[in-house]
Amino acid sequence: MKYIDEYRDRDLIMKLADQIKKSARGEYAFMEVCGGHTAAIHRFGIPSLLPGNIKLISGPGCPVCVTGTDFIDKAIAYSEKEEVIIATFGDLIRVPGSIASLEKKRSTGADIRIVFSSLDALEIAKLNPDRKVIFLGIGFETTAPGTAVTIKTAEQENISNFHLLSAHKIMPPAMEAIVREGVELNGFICPGHVAAVTGSSIFSFIPEKYNIGCVITGFEPTDILHSVLMLIRQVNRNAPDVEIQYKRAVTVNGNALAQSHLKEVFEPCDAHWRGFGVIPSSGLALRNGYKRFDAECAMPVTVMHYEDNIMCICGEILRGKKTPEECPLFKDVCTPENPVGACMVSNEGSCNTWYKYRII
Amino acid sequence: MDEFISLNQGSGGRQTHELISKVFAKRFGMTMPLTDSAILEGNGGTLAFTTDSYVVDPLFFPGGNIGKLAVCGTVNDLAVSGSQPKCISASFILEEGFPLNDLITIVDSMAEEAKKAGVRIVTGDTKVVEKGKCDKLFITTSGTGILDRGKEHIGSGIHIKPGDKLIINGPLGNHAIAVLGARNDLSFTTPVTSDCASLNHLIAGILENCREIHFMRDLTRGGLAGVLNELTLMTGSGIVVDEASVPVDDPVKGVCEMLGFDPLYLANEGKVLVVTGAGTEKKVLDVMRSDPLGRNSEIIGEIVQDKRKLVVLNTSAGGKRILDMPSGVQLPRIC
Repeated sequence: MKYIDEYRDRDLIMKLADQIKKSARGEYAFMEVCGGHTAAIHRFGIPSLLPGNIKLISGPGCPVCVTGTDFIDKAIAYSEKEEVIIATFGDLIRVPGSIASLEKKRSTGADIRIVFSSLDALEIAKLNPDRKVIFLGIGFETTAPGTAVTIKTAEQENISNFHLLSAHKIMPPAMEAIVREGVELNGFICPGHVAAVTGSSIFSFIPEKYNIGCVITGFEPTDILHSVLMLIRQVNRNAPDVEIQYKRAVTVNGNALAQSHLKEVFEPCDAHWRGFGVIPSSGLALRNGYKRFDAECAMPVTVMHYEDNIMCICGEILRGKKTPEECPLFKDVCTPENPVGACMVSNEGSCNTWYKYRII
Repeated sequence: MDEFISLNQGSGGRQTHELISKVFAKRFGMTMPLTDSAILEGNGGTLAFTTDSYVVDPLFFPGGNIGKLAVCGTVNDLAVSGSQPKCISASFILEEGFPLNDLITIVDSMAEEAKKAGVRIVTGDTKVVEKGKCDKLFITTSGTGILDRGKEHIGSGIHIKPGDKLIINGPLGNHAIAVLGARNDLSFTTPVTSDCASLNHLIAGILENCREIHFMRDLTRGGLAGVLNELTLMTGSGIVVDEASVPVDDPVKGVCEMLGFDPLYLANEGKVLVVTGAGTEKKVLDVMRSDPLGRNSEIIGEIVQDKRKLVVLNTSAGGKRILDMPSGVQLPRIC
């Protein structure tokens, strides 16, 4: 298949794996920040192609995983209102809240619908003028422009029964939080789709301030191996930099149109990240001009705050401090069918990918 | 919180198995794992007996409709147990207000498919429920087939041993993606056609010409991954699959890439996995490829000794990973 097969060419992959082996002198730890990379790395069996002295660590880039329990609890509280339809990306419905999950709520009659885009949620609102549709907005700079366009469309078409419960976040503050925490890293495999929107320049502060290299990476096996090789070379030369491997999608300045939608509709806010707590200016909230679409402004709900299961180490996994295998609940208690932590739910979660793919 | 049935329990994966084992098999006195058909021995010979319900949404999709699906599904369940399908029953639950013309179209395609497969629809039942009490139309079909002596092992896989080769009769995932594309509430369409077909003639050809067939199973809900994981549980062996040799059509690949599905987990309605003794695979492949429904057959892997009972995928990228039992719903109501 065109644009796929070229990037999965086995000969090329083997050549890259061989060059990596030859170039790697010492121990290297690289963090893939994006959940899409975590999934691709395991789906293609990349760890089995790398020598033992190269460690890939998963970071906080799975949007479902970093979404806090309070957000799920709020979504559940909304789903209990007779007039509300919850529209959500599929992954989120299985994330455990404090007491239930959206999936459990749906099986007992709550109107919770899975959508593939925020515009689908807007369609549901148009078709159900006597109900209130709340779209659960999760994701980073990749999905947030889509939500921004949807909000603008709702305004232009004067659709007053559409609302957003936003857990949208931006990536660089979380990466900085990881570095500041002192996680031992030699480089970041940076999120290709985030960078397609933002441009590569948003990562410049990482090599400049923290002396850690960044390679913006595509999602095919050759992309990932090529980036690992580029990072090894940066480390070997002691020349950390921001390089773009994913040149077919990413430029230095990014997608100006998407950025302008994002800026027009959203403003930065402090946001809660599972495992990190509150990171200043790391979230996206609707600007004043669009507040009427904010579910929390239009129909405020209050939920009790519960502490997460203390045995679950999702937080440490998301900060790159531990691997799923080190969790006492992994595989025995926490499974994709009965997830304790969010990292076991999403297809991009570390625990889920380790459970499904990794030969331990 | 009290437990309630969730959609995941109908997905054909781990939760479906748990539900069957904990609720049904236990109370009905059945031993897990269950096969596609029950084998009933009588004085005059041996019968295979199976039943299946169809709730696909939408009722019409490229390559078929719920009626064709109901006949093919039951014919295939009988055929993969090694039997020759003979008679089918068909029960209909109809929602008040369902268009009669749609019903006629569906029933016509059932009659046509039964004729093609060489089975007779001999009995049935009809119920009509109030508007909103079912979704348009649900069909249940049951069927019987004659199981010749010496073929009793095919449904249970008891002859499977390390070294056996795995063959499938063509590209995976077309049915699931065709249904997905036809579903009204998704805002994309794709020119993929369901592979919905009765496989009994293909399977009869294989059984007539090849002596070392150790197992067959149609790859419906849960897809190839589901069947392979069941197989490891049934046999206590491991399985190695070569991803590059598993055929998948480009449009299916494209949709999977876009929506994050894995074709190895997607439902099919005209695909069969054949496990054949080491050294016989070329002959089986030739026989399968000589049938129109097996033209794109491929050898995709083998049974290996592995106490961990893992299905290991040699990825097309050259790496290795687990191919786990499906869990949760990839797509709702595909059959």
